[in-house]
Amino acid sequence: MMRTDSALIQRYTCSDRVNHWVVAITFILAALSGLALFDPIFFWLTNLFGGGPWTRIVHPYIGLLMFILFIGMALRFWSSNHLTAADRQWMKQWRDVIGKHEENLPQVGKYNAGQKYVFWILVITLPLLLLTGLIMWQPWFAPYFSIGLLRLATVVHALAAFCVIALIMVHIYAAIWVKGSVRAMTRGTVTAAWAKQHHAAWHNEISKGAK
Amino acid sequence: MALQSLDIKARSATTTPSPSVRETLKVAKLIDISTCIGCKACQVACMEWNDVRDKIGTNVGVYDNPPDLTEDSWTVMRFSEVEVQAGKLEWLIRKDGCMHCAEPGCLKACPSPGAIVQYSNGIVDFHEEHCIGCGYCITGCPFNIPRISKKDGKAYKCSLCSDRVAVGLEPACVKTCPTGAIVFGSKDDMIRHADLRIIDLKQRGYSNAGLYDPPGVGGTHVMYVLQHADMPEIYHGLPKNPTINPMVSLWKGIAKPLMSWGLGLVALAGFFHYVTVGPNEVKEEEET
Repeated sequence: MMRTDSALIQRYTCSDRVNHWVVAITFILAALSGLALFDPIFFWLTNLFGGGPWTRIVHPYIGLLMFILFIGMALRFWSSNHLTAADRQWMKQWRDVIGKHEENLPQVGKYNAGQKYVFWILVITLPLLLLTGLIMWQPWFAPYFSIGLLRLATVVHALAAFCVIALIMVHIYAAIWVKGSVRAMTRGTVTAAWAKQHHAAWHNEISKGAK
Repeated sequence: MALQSLDIKARSATTTPSPSVRETLKVAKLIDISTCIGCKACQVACMEWNDVRDKIGTNVGVYDNPPDLTEDSWTVMRFSEVEVQAGKLEWLIRKDGCMHCAEPGCLKACPSPGAIVQYSNGIVDFHEEHCIGCGYCITGCPFNIPRISKKDGKAYKCSLCSDRVAVGLEPACVKTCPTGAIVFGSKDDMIRHADLRIIDLKQRGYSNAGLYDPPGVGGTHVMYVLQHADMPEIYHGLPKNPTINPMVSLWKGIAKPLMSWGLGLVALAGFFHYVTVGPNEVKEEEET
């Protein structure tokens, strides 16, 4: 039997999707409440959380919850995110990536190099945010640490948060930009044409398996 | 606890000018360590005037009582037994509390608009109603002064009796000091007063006597006369050259604007990429 290009391919299971979206929701809440406390130009965001004190109170709990939920996602997607030589080539040709010249790029497996970097940067920064966040956490843990460590933790927390927020903005944009991607994470499926164009190696692998 | 005021020089997390039509004289409290007898009357006056009472603690083997600043104890006498020269023990007693920096690290670090204000007279005051309890003032302070209350999650510290000073009175600790070791007035007058004390101390053999008004924080509105101004650390770790810590400057001075603009740029870059390059759609016609 011929597989048709209009056929839908399963990309994420139901539990993959739920895991992704609970992390996404907690991430957005953590980012908004964190930005509110980071720069006064964002202080108005505290209104979303019931004022300054509430923002300060809930932010660490949201962050902790996000981290716990992210562990599931990290384990789930770990094995699909090993970086390869083809990925390095893909990154080198970033002009072709943003210029929509996918035909010039090496064949992409389940994830392209950009997606893999999103994964690994999260794997590095989220534990860093958790660790520094615990050190800063008033009133529970901060009093047990020296002021020197508190200052270092605050700077590292801000830097890591900046990296991860910028990263997720790129991640969200990429999902909007590459049409047909959002449905992968909302409905679980992509079209075969989408898979062929953006993740040809993955498409081949799946087609082989299906035959 | 800050009062509404028309002479606000700086306000936390605020970029537009604050009410500042009224200009006031720069004030200072001068603490002469060489005439302090460690009676703690200032501690009592502080808790009486501000109407806060610390819990009765336990003796920790030193005269410091309570052993540290707390949300209820805004000033604490720090007793140090120091052998400045071999065989010559000195009992140095320093009244610890907020130094009211001209460049306050707490105010720089505070994320909540108006939770910390600095009046034109130099007093740095916490407005606890606006405090969110994040502890950034502790992170920013070069002198380890603010304390967060376990009861209400707000930060507290010496207000230099801003309420008394606002109506022309001296701070409660100054009023009560039985030896005149604490004096209050215009900063210029206090520096002159200190000069006389330093001359006297030098005549008595304290050749390194001097004024502690550290320039690293723009000077302070609480100053010390030290018998050994060359070694402020011996006074229970009084920092030699306090500054707003480089980490705090990196965080609030560089990282904050750079990152906020950075995130704005990322958003704009995405938007204009979409507008110029267009969406990445599936090119291949779907065939059957």
